[in-house]
Amino acid sequence: MDYISLFVKSIFVDNMIFAYFLGMCSYLAVSKNVKTAAGLGVAVIFVLLVTLPINYLLNKYVLAEDGIFGVDLSFLTFIVFIAVIAAAVQIVEMVVERYAPSLYSALGIYLPLIAVNCAIMGGSLFMQNREFASCGEATVYALGSGVGWFIAIVALAAIREKLQYSNVPKPLRGIGITFITVGLMAMAFMTFMGITL
Amino acid sequence: MNAKLKETILNPLFSVNPITVLVLGICSALAVTVELKGALVMALSVTIVTALSCLVLSLLRNSIPNRVRIIIQLVVVSMLVILVDQILKAYAYQIDTQLSVYIGLIITNCIVMGRIEAFALANKPIPSFLDGLFNGIGYGMILIVLAIFRELFGSGTLLGFRIIPQAFYDAGYVNNGLVILPPMALILIGCVIWIQRGVQKELQED
Repeated sequence: MDYISLFVKSIFVDNMIFAYFLGMCSYLAVSKNVKTAAGLGVAVIFVLLVTLPINYLLNKYVLAEDGIFGVDLSFLTFIVFIAVIAAAVQIVEMVVERYAPSLYSALGIYLPLIAVNCAIMGGSLFMQNREFASCGEATVYALGSGVGWFIAIVALAAIREKLQYSNVPKPLRGIGITFITVGLMAMAFMTFMGITL
Repeated sequence: MNAKLKETILNPLFSVNPITVLVLGICSALAVTVELKGALVMALSVTIVTALSCLVLSLLRNSIPNRVRIIIQLVVVSMLVILVDQILKAYAYQIDTQLSVYIGLIITNCIVMGRIEAFALANKPIPSFLDGLFNGIGYGMILIVLAIFRELFGSGTLLGFRIIPQAFYDAGYVNNGLVILPPMALILIGCVIWIQRGVQKELQED
């Protein structure tokens, strides 16, 4: 039951985009059409699911004071996390290229770019901040945040496809109206605040 | 040379501002602007990290193999961010906890990586340093504008000092709670872009 509650909470209440603005750069840059947006969303879910459990274990057994080295290495957190993420993205890229070439060509350039997506790094840092009790919880959190990000980017891409036909004031065209749209979407998502299962 | 230098300094502030024109580094710009103090610290940290990492990587630019450059960039940037984080932890612990994960996220801040890729790897150290510095300042400028607006209207204070007098509250004035919530940050930045593009017409998209 705890897992389900955490899952729903990380999708709707603690949504990466609408509550914490994580991964905003690629979110705004790649949301021009639904198909590529969905591709990037899947890639983010995938990479979060791979990196968060690894970082959880590293954080608990290597970096913490009672880990295998017996010293507090928490000041190395950033560099360890980013190294794991960069390596994982590289491996994921190679595996996908070898076993699922069609997915690989669909994701294209976005897969390597995920290494510098704040949503991934932010997921790991929030995981460390919230001190999850088990690796399972961290994995569920990863899945929930990834799905939340996916929903957010697909929804925005769908809205932007329609926005092309509307008459927006000139200085607001493009990125300006996108920001305001995301703001209104975030307001809608705020209605989930305080939800518990 | 002089004209080029002037361009390096002025462009990031207005016509090629990293936030409003290039749309880079938005995550932290939105998240830390609830209070002016946090925004100032964040602006300073990002400026220092961007300037120094541009300088270091520009010095190294001829010895970095092209294939592994992203990893090397990440290592240099995360080393600088760790330094900033440790200094903040030592001297301004409260602000560090308030900014929480967003200090760590400077590593993946697109401004830092973007300036390194686009400028520092192809230019001499001094111009690269200036480019990083002024991009950081251009970023900080927007942060401060947003933070002033959000703190003033959201809590009636600036840097923690009360600006809107008590008499207003007695007369029925109420703080705008929406301004400090996440959605308003997005809408406000949309408005900043609106104003800038209204003035600088060449930036408008069609």
